[in-house]
Amino acid sequence: MTDYNFAYLDEPTKKMIRRAILKGLAVPGYQVPFASREMPMPCGWGTGGVQVTAACLMPKDVLKVIDQGADDTTNAVSIRAFFARVAGVATTTRTAKASIIQTRHRIPETPLREDQILVYQVPIPEPLRFLEPRETETRRMHALEEYGLMHVKLYEDIARHGAIATSYAYPAMVNDRYVFDPSPIPRFDNPKLESPAIQLFGAGREQRIYAIPPHTRVVSLDFEDHPFEASKADGVCALCGAEDSYLDEIVADDAGTRRFQCSDTDWCAERRA
Amino acid sequence: MSGVTESDPPLLSVRGLTKSYGGRIGCAGIDLELWPGEVLGIVGESGSGKSTLLACLAGHLEADAGTALYAGRDVLTLPEPARRRLGRTEWAFVHQHARDGLRMNVSAGGNVGERLMAGGARHYGDIRRTAEDWLARVEIDPARIDDRPSQFSGGMQQRLQIARGLVTGPKLVLMDEPTGGLDVSVQARLLDLLRGLVRRMGLSAIVVTHDLGVVRLLADRLMVMKDGRAVETGLTDRVLDDPQHGYTQLLVSSVLPT
Repeated sequence: MTDYNFAYLDEPTKKMIRRAILKGLAVPGYQVPFASREMPMPCGWGTGGVQVTAACLMPKDVLKVIDQGADDTTNAVSIRAFFARVAGVATTTRTAKASIIQTRHRIPETPLREDQILVYQVPIPEPLRFLEPRETETRRMHALEEYGLMHVKLYEDIARHGAIATSYAYPAMVNDRYVFDPSPIPRFDNPKLESPAIQLFGAGREQRIYAIPPHTRVVSLDFEDHPFEASKADGVCALCGAEDSYLDEIVADDAGTRRFQCSDTDWCAERRA
Repeated sequence: MSGVTESDPPLLSVRGLTKSYGGRIGCAGIDLELWPGEVLGIVGESGSGKSTLLACLAGHLEADAGTALYAGRDVLTLPEPARRRLGRTEWAFVHQHARDGLRMNVSAGGNVGERLMAGGARHYGDIRRTAEDWLARVEIDPARIDDRPSQFSGGMQQRLQIARGLVTGPKLVLMDEPTGGLDVSVQARLLDLLRGLVRRMGLSAIVVTHDLGVVRLLADRLMVMKDGRAVETGLTDRVLDDPQHGYTQLLVSSVLPT
């Protein structure tokens, strides 16, 4: 380990990112701008998450990386190998054994603990972006707590589909103050955002970091007559028989037969072991 | 102006409002009073500063000098949160171009409901019923509640914009050329609708236009502007039928006979 500084980034950069993380934790849900660095991977592959993880990693940490719940997909394997090489930290696929978990699109089914950090890869941190394209205006709306527009989006969903059709990146209110985008996790995972673990969100291309401290109130937005519902596919895991975990749908043959399988591979493997 | 007496305090009282663009005058030393339930027309040719005046009142532009008292507070120096709250509750703004005032990629119902949701309405059924009611009041078929404004004609878009503004029951409506760009028969229908709404809801309104026909139908009082200054004010009929200032005389005489 002489070619790289520990965890790839140089120390002043890590200090800058840690400062953004601390500010994010102090103001839950607020998007803190940070000077995102060029990483040895393209934007959209988790450059934000990787920088946050790099800033949090300690030599004794145990790292787990998941992509859509799975430990064995390209993104997860590459990032895990990356940190094994540039930081020399131990890696694991077991949720319970990890001290830092970097994730894309899922929260693990295994309940997290207070000594764990969950790092999310975020493509678009601004929940109001597709409703209001101007960054100056969305910042002002956050500052003034003008979130009527967020409900306009949910209204449009119901008007068009008869129910709130937003099934991922479901907007939620953090600590009764900021509406935030929980990254594209399925809305099934939204209730898990109230967690004993520290949750950090890194958006590399958009240069934003935000955070949810442990045990912070997170309320998914809804209407009184159309309450929030943590939905999942109506089925049972074909491998482990789980009924209460988030399921991936798989087309099994040319006749259109469908099977379901736990999206969290570690959870599924644990149940079968 | 039924029921309004001199002793009632004005709803809006503007003193010495001035706005310049560098060395050029936008509007200068404007004084005006607006009483509850009254419609004030502001007329003048293009570039006379009438839109600048309205934009300053609405907070779209920052005035250089002057005060505008509304409910005991100067709206020109109001902090931004309070001014924006005012802008979506007690005030409404009707843009000349409906696309400036509408969200074109959101359904008609969502457009009307936005101010309600911004005000904390969280019951989908209630919001939708209110939106349907308002579409009917501006003569849009409630069956089109889920259509987007881009599927509406120009006149319908303008009526939708009005419904979107009036749904929270504002006290004061600022209108910038509300009939601009619409053909004559659509204009007439819109004016008729506006007149009905203003009377029924007891609204106060400031209507900026260069169309003297619009103010004759809509306005109780008139202010004539030229080169950024108010040159004449008075009751609409008095100003239009017996213009005193040279410019007003020119303006009135340049209307084509119908």
